[in-house]
Amino acid sequence: MSKKNDILIFKNEPKSKRITPFFLDSVSAGFPSPATDYMEAKLDLNEYLVRRPTATYIVKAKGPSMTDAGISSGDLLIVDRSITPRNNNIVIASIFGDLTVKKLKKKDHSLFLISANSEYPSIQIKEEMECFIWGVVTYVIHKATT
Amino acid sequence: MLYTKLLHKDHNSINKSIALIDCNNFYASCERIFNPKLIGHPIVVLSNNDGCIIARSKEAKKLGIKMGEPYFKAKNIIEKNNVRVFSSNYSLYGDISQRVMEILSSFASDIEIYSIDEAFLNLNGFENYELNTYCHKIRKIIKKWVGIPVSIGVAPTKTLSKIANLLAKKKLNYNGVCILKNLIEIKNALKLIPIEDVWGIGRKLSLFLKKYNINSAYHFSQMDRGWIRKNMGVVGEKTYLELNGISCLDLDLLPSDKKSCCVSRSFSKPIEKLLDLEESISTYGSRVSEKIREEGLAAESLSVFVLTNHFKRREKQYSNSIKMHLPFPTNNSINIIKSALEGIRKIYRPGYRYKKTGVILYGLSKHNTTKGLLDCDREVSDSIMNAVDKINNKYGSSTLKVASEGLEKVWKMKRANVSPCYTTRFDDLIEVKL
Repeated sequence: MSKKNDILIFKNEPKSKRITPFFLDSVSAGFPSPATDYMEAKLDLNEYLVRRPTATYIVKAKGPSMTDAGISSGDLLIVDRSITPRNNNIVIASIFGDLTVKKLKKKDHSLFLISANSEYPSIQIKEEMECFIWGVVTYVIHKATT
Repeated sequence: MLYTKLLHKDHNSINKSIALIDCNNFYASCERIFNPKLIGHPIVVLSNNDGCIIARSKEAKKLGIKMGEPYFKAKNIIEKNNVRVFSSNYSLYGDISQRVMEILSSFASDIEIYSIDEAFLNLNGFENYELNTYCHKIRKIIKKWVGIPVSIGVAPTKTLSKIANLLAKKKLNYNGVCILKNLIEIKNALKLIPIEDVWGIGRKLSLFLKKYNINSAYHFSQMDRGWIRKNMGVVGEKTYLELNGISCLDLDLLPSDKKSCCVSRSFSKPIEKLLDLEESISTYGSRVSEKIREEGLAAESLSVFVLTNHFKRREKQYSNSIKMHLPFPTNNSINIIKSALEGIRKIYRPGYRYKKTGVILYGLSKHNTTKGLLDCDREVSDSIMNAVDKINNKYGSSTLKVASEGLEKVWKMKRANVSPCYTTRFDDLIEVKL
């Protein structure tokens, strides 16, 4: 009992609607489909991209590409706020109240926000910037053809 | 003296731990998630039609802006202090609320969702110090994951947990969590709470109690039980017992089945023509049918109402409503609109400037698809509604609608300062700078 404060109870998160067909072939006469016994649930991108729906937001990237991080203008970013940011994570940071995409870098005892685009300077996080990490980017959705 | 007697009689309830979790300035906090610039800046949120102030950030409260105050009355203070004004964005608030409630339900087996921004949790079985750690953990996770600050009050009864929550908000050194578990703590807390702030005691009752010099929750809890019952009835007595640590109100775990459902709005400007009223009634009829279809319900009857603006004393006033029986239980927009239009034509009187209309559905029950001998067109219309809902889900609401809803909608709601639906529409996603 004494350890109770360390226990987190999690219910199953409701998943998006998926239909699992029971029978591929109808009951009527004819040769039964050989695939019937092998039917599985369809692939669900929500399940793949969103680990914690309650903590996940989707945002849209805008501006000159972060080529080093593989993000272009118009890409959708999956942002999980439950993750604690670590060195080299792509994060959404709030600087002076503006949300921006940056790479978080720890050097010695200071934290930097790197633009992942060599043309832009890195920013050292300072107290007066009212900076906080809004969330960690877990996936980038990029349209392959326009 | 009665207080301690009662508390000792019922050991069960003093061991109970009911938590009330309340989101701080919920609507304002929702707007801040996607706009961190607004942190620390005064914000107000307006009601439908941008009429009244229905939510204020802490900073706006400090400026003296009142809850429920008409927007135009506060406009002076708002402009002078550069207060940010938002029209209400229920798509956003609803989504954020759902996230908060889902996280909360992972922290306890029993949860009662009390309103869009409040929930009761059953936290029985925790030792006091554990309870404190646990509550701080809940607070931290909701702040981090969703971005909403919450306050938590824990006590043996629901009414006391409301009071604990008030104190969690008021007293900064509590860090958003207040646990009232022993008699002395409860007694001291009740002394701090003015009678009008007690849950279940409205403005009228508190005025009545003040006449008897009952000014604090503590004072009320020390009254004679018989006097309370005689003057305030069973409901007042329950509040009294709850304040004395005896739990009378259980968590309402399953939202009770809806018996009625209403959609009504005020117009952006007064409406005089029957045609415009018909359009609004059709639109609300359509929306309310959609709502009950989502829950698999059907209605037996409906009522339609109209009213003029009674704040405008110089104008002629009229209000009326009419109840209509539906030929059979239905959730079909076309049937419901047809009947609602019949109703509005009966109660419409020319020469008035109407402010508001609405449609209320009654006698809701699970929609049963078996049809009687005489309603042969039911099957057809059910499948029409099915198709309409599917199309509207896919291409956006009101893609397909009943023609009587009209196209122009001169009466449509005013939402001049609405924020984007950041979490529910791809077109409204927040843009972050690369």
